[in-house]
This record gives sequence, structure tokens and C-alpha cells, in this order.
Amino acid sequence: MSLDAATVRRIARLSRIRIDDSQTLQMQAELNGILAMIETLSEVDVTGVQPLAGGADMALSLRPDVVTDGGQAEAVLSNAPDRDGPFYAVPKVVE
Amino acid sequence: MFDLTLSQARDALRARTLSSRELTAAYLGAIDALNPEINAYITVTHDAALASADAADAVLATGEAGPMTGIPIAVKDLFCTKGVLTTAGSRILGNFIPPYESTVTANLLRDGAVFLGKANLDEFAMGSSNMTSAYGAVVNPWTRRGDNRPLVPGGSSGGSAAAVAARLALGATATDTGGSIRQPAAFCGITGIKPTYGRCSRWGVVAFASSLDQAGPVARTVQDCAIMLGSMAGFDPKDGTSADIAVPDFAAACARGVKGLRIGVPREYRLDGLSPEIDALWQQGLAWLRDAGATIVDVSLPHTKYGLAAYYIVAPAEASSNLARYDGVRFGLRADGHDLTELYEATRAEGFGAEVKRRIMIGTYVLSAGYYDAYYLRAQKVRALILRDFTEAFEHVDALLTPTAPSAAFGQGEKMDDPVTMYLNDVFTVPVNMAGLPGLSVPAGLDAQGLPLGLQVIGRKFDEETLFAVGAVLERSAGFTTLPTKRAGA
Repeated sequence: MSLDAATVRRIARLSRIRIDDSQTLQMQAELNGILAMIETLSEVDVTGVQPLAGGADMALSLRPDVVTDGGQAEAVLSNAPDRDGPFYAVPKVVE
Repeated sequence: MFDLTLSQARDALRARTLSSRELTAAYLGAIDALNPEINAYITVTHDAALASADAADAVLATGEAGPMTGIPIAVKDLFCTKGVLTTAGSRILGNFIPPYESTVTANLLRDGAVFLGKANLDEFAMGSSNMTSAYGAVVNPWTRRGDNRPLVPGGSSGGSAAAVAARLALGATATDTGGSIRQPAAFCGITGIKPTYGRCSRWGVVAFASSLDQAGPVARTVQDCAIMLGSMAGFDPKDGTSADIAVPDFAAACARGVKGLRIGVPREYRLDGLSPEIDALWQQGLAWLRDAGATIVDVSLPHTKYGLAAYYIVAPAEASSNLARYDGVRFGLRADGHDLTELYEATRAEGFGAEVKRRIMIGTYVLSAGYYDAYYLRAQKVRALILRDFTEAFEHVDALLTPTAPSAAFGQGEKMDDPVTMYLNDVFTVPVNMAGLPGLSVPAGLDAQGLPLGLQVIGRKFDEETLFAVGAVLERSAGFTTLPTKRAGA
């Protein structure tokens, strides 16, 4: 299947990436090229196959539910583009 | 001094015939001279490197040296390094100074390694040419015979591989999600190993596709890779997918030989249109192993041809989720917007390059309502079939031998017409990541234009030792001593 321009714009919005009209056209062609390659998977008979999600194919380990780190507000905020005291700052979201 | 391998440098340091300061200063000088042309490093940490070298010399004087004490290496700029700029090759992390150290780099520091700086890479490790880095392309130290046009070093660990090949580091950390250690190692005429998924901790490594990403070393020899991997690997409670399995003596495994081993040749890797040179090198590699006492066995991996397609669903899906964190709020670039949504959209439009945007959008699409089952779930099932192929093959053989990449290094600007042409570079490496297996690339010969070609050894889970054993035999048999034109000490 092939993506139309409206779908490309919708995916961009879901991805929170702003694209303009000329980028939409180019992106549409590139994404459709990739999807055409991906479509070959429809040939594979996957009846009864359990999906493999992880790379390890093994049980993940659990660790004790205890606090091992914390109290590092300054380190956490050290890369903040904008801050207000011990908080991240963003444009107003509530009127 | 630049002729010393990591292993030889280690011996010289321990014998005190060479100091880490001399070695480190020589490498820093070589970087200053050659990096403007090769662009293998994004950041060079001169002062910190010399301070580490002095500390290493003090340790060496006590005779208590660790496995990497005093060895100057490069760190792929995907590993978070405390207090040192970590960009992931992206504009969006152009000002990111991690307040913590990745587990892999912490392990190397524990063992005494000296970090020269941060190596260039494709943006967020997404690419096979290093052309997608926001910090400029890396130039392969090799050139075609009689042709000075710049070639790509491969990717995504192109800076790491170019630094080692040009002798701007004794080794380098790298990561491999679909071939990003093995393909650049092959393109630059050096050795690289992607260990088993879970062997090295992913903690503090900027995430691309979490079920595929794995750290490993690139270095000049099989033995050097074994030494470095021994230091990098190990269980880490901070990574839930890290394997609680003892790290064996990888370096000792290099001397095992291949007598009695059964080496599989997957017939599906003989692609239509495979270059006759690469096919000939593959046959030569099999002959070397046969001469050294191995038995060669034909095997079948029937789902090989679907590896790339499944990969280009799974990897972008995971990337779209992992890269959601770059929102301009907590760290990294922020572009202005009137409200929060505009801030997100402007930040990500400005901060991400074209390939990263494509992959985020593909990933978002295959995970979106109505398409999840058709794409993502189906790809996960095909992934299970790919793993089953390997599992069945390993009932009959101890390791597989294949070419690493379908071509030698190509020119900057080539294969850029459409994304899928570039993706085909990874056709031989991607299935290994899908199955979580270890893969090693060894330089085995030159093509007609004088460029290096690599062979890939694939092994069972957590059996890197067999890879090192097979790799060492290939290395000895190939006697690959040709050096690139651009290099320190030339």
C-alpha cells in the first residue's frame, strides 16, 4: 500500500515533527520506497508463530524494589534548556 | 610507535619501555594532524587524556596494571561520558553534557583505559556511511588505487573504525544495531565484534533500537578486540537485558584453533549478483578454515531474504519510541513555539536530520492504530523465524562464515539516491542482530581497486570464544598487512 500526502502529514503530526509541503512530497516518495521493501514480509507464512519481541529471548532479571539513586536535582536539571528554580520551564500550557 | 597493536602496546607499557604519556601524546599529535581531513573525532579531550595517561603511568609503576591500563582509545559519541559532550551525531544533542558515565565506558576506565575523545558516527547510529552525522562526514583512510576521491568509512561506527584504521587510536568502542560495527570494520580494513545481545550493558548508551543495540570494540587485530571486549563486557543490574553470565577469557580463545570445528555456509547468502571478488574471498576463507582442520558444511537459513524488511519495521518502531524523549524540555536543543506542541514540533524539525526523521516516521506509522498487526506484529513473527533458522543451523555447526558486506567502501555521495539502496549494505549483518547472536568481521583481502574486504563469523549465543578462535585463524591465514594511505606514522 502507498501513503498519500494527507497520511504523511498525519504521521508527521503523530511524530511531532513539523514538515512543510515540499518536504511532505519528498518524504512521501521516500517512505513509499521503504514501505515497498517492507511489503515483502506479506509473502511469509507466519501461521502459528509466536512473535519475538526482545533481542535476548530470555527471562528479564528483576532487582529488589529499593531506591538506589536520587536526590540529584541539580545534575538532572544541568542540561535543561530552560528552568525555574528546581523545575523545568516550558511555554504556558494552561490559560 | 604507531605500528604497535593494542596488545603489543600493553606489553611495552608493562615492561616500562614505553610510557602511557608518550603513547597518548603521540596519538593526540596524530589526531591534531590528521583529524581535520578524516573527521573521525567530534571531540578531542587532550587534557583529560594526558591526565589519565599520567595516572596510568603511576599505576604501571606499581606493577598493578589492569587489562587496559594506559591504552589510548576512542569512544563512539553514543556512549555517555561524564562531563564530556555527547552528541550521538545529532544537532538535537549538540550541547548535551551527561552527568553520568555509561557502564561500558566506566568498565574501561576501571581497567585503566585512556580516552582520547569522542568518535563521529551516523546520527543516532542510523546509517551505513557516516554521511548522516550532523558533524560532517568521516573520510575513509583508504582510497581506491590511483583515485583520490574520498570514500565512506561505513557506518554507523564510521568514526571509530576510521580512527583505528588511520592509527588515531589503538581501539575504539562502537555499537551495532544492524551492522554498525562489522560493516565499518570491513570498509576500513580492521576487526570488529558485535557480541551477543546482553553481553555488554546498554546503560548510558544513547538508545536507537533497544532490542537490537549492542556495544562492542573495533581494533586492529582479533586479539586486540578480545582484550577490549573482556573489559567492556559483564553483567550490569542497571540494564534489565544485561546477561548475568561470567565473562570468559576471550584473549585465550584466540589461540584455540579450529581443528574439529564445523563451519556452516548459509546458501541463502549467495545473493544473485554477489560480486565475484567477494564470492572468491568467501571461498578462500572457507579453504583457510578447511586447511586448519575445520569441516565445511552447507546450511540453510531460509528466512534470510526477509531480514532487512523485518529489521526496517522493528528498528524504526523502537527508534520512534526511544527518540520521543527529545522534546526540547529536559535536555538538548529547544526551538521556540507558542505552545508546547509547537515547541515539540519545531525542536524535532530543527534538531533531527533527514534519515532520523524518516525512521521515526516509518516507526510511528507501523505502530499506529490499524497497522500494528499488519506490520509490527508480523515483523516480530518473522524475527522469530529468523532466530529459528539460526537455532536449527547451530544444531549442525559451530559457527557460520559469510561476507560482511556486499561491497567494499563506496564513494561519498554514492548510494544516496534513495534510502533503500543504502539499507542494502546491511543485508548480511542484520539477521545476526535480529537473532541476538554474536558476529565478528575480520579483514581478509583486497578488491581489484585495492580496498579491504571483510569476512563475517557468526556464532551461537554467548559463544564469542569460538568467533575469536575462527577469527584468529582467518587473520593468520589472510596475513592482511596492507595499510591505508591516510594514517599516522606514514
